[in-house]
Amino acid sequence: MTDLLSLQGLSKSWFGIPANRDVSFSVREASVLGIIGQNGAGKSTLMNMIGGVVKPTSGHMLWRGLPYEPAGAADATRIGIAFIHQELNLFTNLSVAENLYIDGFPRRMGLIDWKRINERSRQVLSRLSLDFDPSVEVGRLSPGERQLVEIARALHNEASLLIFDEPTTSLTPRETERLFATIENLKSQGCTIIYISHILSDVQRLCDDIVVLRDGELVSKGTITEFPIPLMIRSMIGRDMGGMFPPRSNQPQGATVLEARGLTQPGVIEDVDLTVHEGEILGLFGLMGAGRSELARVLFGLDKCAKGTISLKGRPLEGPVRAHIEAGMAFVTENRREEGLMMDASVAENLTLASLAAFGRGPFALIDRDRVAERTERMREELNIKASDIHSQPAKALSGGNQQKVVIGKWQLRDPDLFILDEPTRGVDVGAKYEIYSLIDQIAARGGGIMMISSELEELMGMADRIVVMNRGEIKGQVLRQDFDRERILALAFGEIAE
Amino acid sequence: MKRIMKRLVGFTLSHSTAVFFVLILLWFGVQAPQFLQPESLANIIKQSSFIGIAALGMTVVLITGGIDLSVGSVMFLAPLIAGMAMRSFGLPVEAGFVVAMVVGAGLGGLNAFFIVVLRVVPFIVTLASLFVFRGFGTWLTSSTQFDFPERMRTFGLSNVLGIPTPILVFAVTAVAIHIMLRHTGAGRQIYAFGNDREAARKAGLAVELIEARAYIISSVCAAISGFVMISQIGRLDVGFGQGREFDVIAAAVLGGASLFGGVGTALGAVAGATLIQTAKLGLVFTGVNLYMQPIILGTVIFAAMVADGIRGRRLRDKLARTIRPLGSS
Repeated sequence: MTDLLSLQGLSKSWFGIPANRDVSFSVREASVLGIIGQNGAGKSTLMNMIGGVVKPTSGHMLWRGLPYEPAGAADATRIGIAFIHQELNLFTNLSVAENLYIDGFPRRMGLIDWKRINERSRQVLSRLSLDFDPSVEVGRLSPGERQLVEIARALHNEASLLIFDEPTTSLTPRETERLFATIENLKSQGCTIIYISHILSDVQRLCDDIVVLRDGELVSKGTITEFPIPLMIRSMIGRDMGGMFPPRSNQPQGATVLEARGLTQPGVIEDVDLTVHEGEILGLFGLMGAGRSELARVLFGLDKCAKGTISLKGRPLEGPVRAHIEAGMAFVTENRREEGLMMDASVAENLTLASLAAFGRGPFALIDRDRVAERTERMREELNIKASDIHSQPAKALSGGNQQKVVIGKWQLRDPDLFILDEPTRGVDVGAKYEIYSLIDQIAARGGGIMMISSELEELMGMADRIVVMNRGEIKGQVLRQDFDRERILALAFGEIAE
Repeated sequence: MKRIMKRLVGFTLSHSTAVFFVLILLWFGVQAPQFLQPESLANIIKQSSFIGIAALGMTVVLITGGIDLSVGSVMFLAPLIAGMAMRSFGLPVEAGFVVAMVVGAGLGGLNAFFIVVLRVVPFIVTLASLFVFRGFGTWLTSSTQFDFPERMRTFGLSNVLGIPTPILVFAVTAVAIHIMLRHTGAGRQIYAFGNDREAARKAGLAVELIEARAYIISSVCAAISGFVMISQIGRLDVGFGQGREFDVIAAAVLGGASLFGGVGTALGAVAGATLIQTAKLGLVFTGVNLYMQPIILGTVIFAAMVADGIRGRRLRDKLARTIRPLGSS
């Protein structure tokens, strides 16, 4: 068999920070190649380079033995590369046939030739062994069927390389089976497939070859028979980060701060039980799309939840976000720029945002500027926020680490019982990370409960007293600090073992 | 019983215009039987044609997820320039009609330029052009009434095969917009654009062209609407068309076009315009207190908007991101 696509020494750096380094591998024609790796292993950047969205810093690609240098996504589409993402690019208000032909309808006397479109769509669908009517609206189809429509669109555009990125996350087992049968079918028709997934048993079942990425580099590759699942997991495990964390200065207390029972929201989370104790740092780990942030949003009252109860310090909690904040909850969002801060407002204004009412004085509750100045200044010292003047400097002028301190400080002013920290060190440089970790440790030492969400397992292993692992919206198990073991936690996250 | 209620609510939401329409016709029919006479029904359709023609164009803009607030001013300015051309060069009415359409296309192109090229929000652009277009027209007329040549009125009151010209123009516009939206690639791409702009770009569609075209179509329709309406009276008052954008948007939304984009039909626009006109005339017929009429009309339009809001929310709920299969695993 010949190679359809070859990557030769492909590298990409963002502002000097490597996302991919010297990646070389080939995809054989009419085969399925699996690509696996942890969060941040460099899979997305690599796929974006193949798809022409991102330009490599160095290295090159060959397509059927000839140089392939895409200038944009259109080039990739033209030579026959199609992406099937988790988020589909379909128009839900149009029919299946219209979705296939949207970029060029065959016409008869100036008008769309519906007969021909429906006929030809039926042909494409039958190649996928699908028998539904091409004139049905895509919005009426299930997620699984929509995915098959997306595949049909790729086939219609005569794609010879289909790249699947986590295609099964929102599919039922039956739909997944159908997708796999379709992929097998496509392979036998000569299509080449790259399959990216966190579900290792699927990778093992579907793929002929496998490539493992870690920290942007290719760490191993081979045929699937050489890669039993335990070896896959071992290959993905990352670097050591010893010495990057402050020692934990306290032991968790017995008293419960947060207790969630049976939280369920169809399509998002399923029967989640969770407890956070006083002075405890609970780590919440999971792969991208495992439902960690979604769970945090439910706990904080941002998203609704069909079933289950949440209680804080023994008092049941329900209702809008406001009630959760009043009860003593704080939420540091993973999206600091858009959800955590008012970027154009001053540091002081940002700090007082969550506790503004407490600064009211007199019959009209006018804001007491002196007290604001005093409290924010104290917070600045306490958190060591590096700003020249907290009253005039806008939040956007601070570094990522200092911005994050402002977000934490905003909640500190309310003295909450429970902190939910979603990716607290994202976009924070290494030095500032240590400061954030120390801050988290101090909050816990004062008796606050902390739920810390992170994509970096090493970070959680360095900070948490206990790690709870999620997979596809469910809690798969928990590991205590003395039992921390990367292999075990990753296996839980990949859904390969459960407790 | 609960299930029947639920289905009833669902039906009402998805067919809100039809339900409203039947209810309103029945209500006025019971109140004033002469309301259901053929002459008054024909009158309703004739009166509806003005709002209807503009609502057809507005529907196209709404499908893209945008809005065009300038239609009322285009109704004023485009026929005015056409009228001046007719008077200065002695053009026949047909030529004046073409001039009005060309001017409309130009004004729409101006809106499109700011929206598509300079990326200003449609609401702001068309709000500004609402004032600029009207201001320009007021300056041209020195804020006085403009009289069209007598042949304008002859055209307006003419019949073709027994059908009044305004209704004919309305019908032709409706059929043209319907075919464009339903049966041409350009039309289907407007729906795709309104459903998901990013996906449309990724699918390789010329999104700028799609959006620009919508605003041009809307202004041309507004120009036609203004020209036909003026041909009924033969003169153009200073305040002509003022505030009409609300009727037009209301008609389009009543006709099922969603302010969230991606949804709407030509047939709906026709129905929406007819519905508004029916309600207006019905209120007159039944002798409802003059001051009550705007309140009732406003309530009807508001109810339609609420229905649209609920529809939009349902649509978004349906499209919410999931990370696991819905239902039990």
